[in-house]
Amino acid sequence: MVYLTRKAEFSASHYYHNPEFTAQENQRIFGKCNNPNGHGHNYTLEVTVKGPVDPDSGFVVDLKQLKETMNREVLDALDHRFLNKELPEFRSTIPTTENLAINIWKRLEPKLSLAKLHRIRLYETPDLFVDFYGEQ
Amino acid sequence: MKAYLTRRYWFSASHRLHCDALSPEVNREIYGKCNNPHGHGHNYAVEVTVAGQVDPTTGMVCNLADLDAFVEKNILERFDRENLNLLTEFKGVVPTTENLCIELFNKLDAGFHLARTEKVRVEETMLNSFEYAGGREVRH
Repeated sequence: MVYLTRKAEFSASHYYHNPEFTAQENQRIFGKCNNPNGHGHNYTLEVTVKGPVDPDSGFVVDLKQLKETMNREVLDALDHRFLNKELPEFRSTIPTTENLAINIWKRLEPKLSLAKLHRIRLYETPDLFVDFYGEQ
Repeated sequence: MKAYLTRRYWFSASHRLHCDALSPEVNREIYGKCNNPHGHGHNYAVEVTVAGQVDPTTGMVCNLADLDAFVEKNILERFDRENLNLLTEFKGVVPTTENLCIELFNKLDAGFHLARTEKVRVEETMLNSFEYAGGREVRH
């Protein structure tokens, strides 16, 4: 079993707000991230897939195909978007980095045929990242 | 849904690798330049990984502000700009980055209860890093 990781970057804006909380609770829990005008990040995405090395090609997965899938399923949907307003999934779910990593897993996992998705690592800033392994 | 959240912190400290039970010659042989009696310093980067269910109301594994506050008070204020050899944590323990990593994990595991402490990774320099997950297998 070999693990292969491909990186990509996208930029998007978001804010954190739960309509079930009062304005004060939202402010207390989410702090600056509660600003309704939103704020942005340059996200770095690492997609790790795993699988045996094909003896003929020497590949775990065709990198070009993986790149195209990431572009089509993730970057085209998320890059330069206001996540709360433009993605239906985030109308009722707060676009924290945790939820965004889960969202990216759900976008990619059913589209990968050759290798199995192992991990989504999503950096919100260089000092903060989330890992999701598809666990319930 | 279970997710893993990692936050990176920095502190600077000095240390000297020396084991009192060994002779000066053996210490020099084992620890080399790190045995310099005057000590030397590093900018340590600490990656703290916590794990847990994503809370459906907040979308968070835990509130980062709480993790930051805990690390600031219990780790950064304790270790930043200090000589590790002089701290009680390293009385009788050589402050290698292995031992530092274990100490940081234990502080988080014992004191931070808003998410499970999954792993601590410490970079001593750009070229070496250490990971400890409470004796569990480290997940990559």
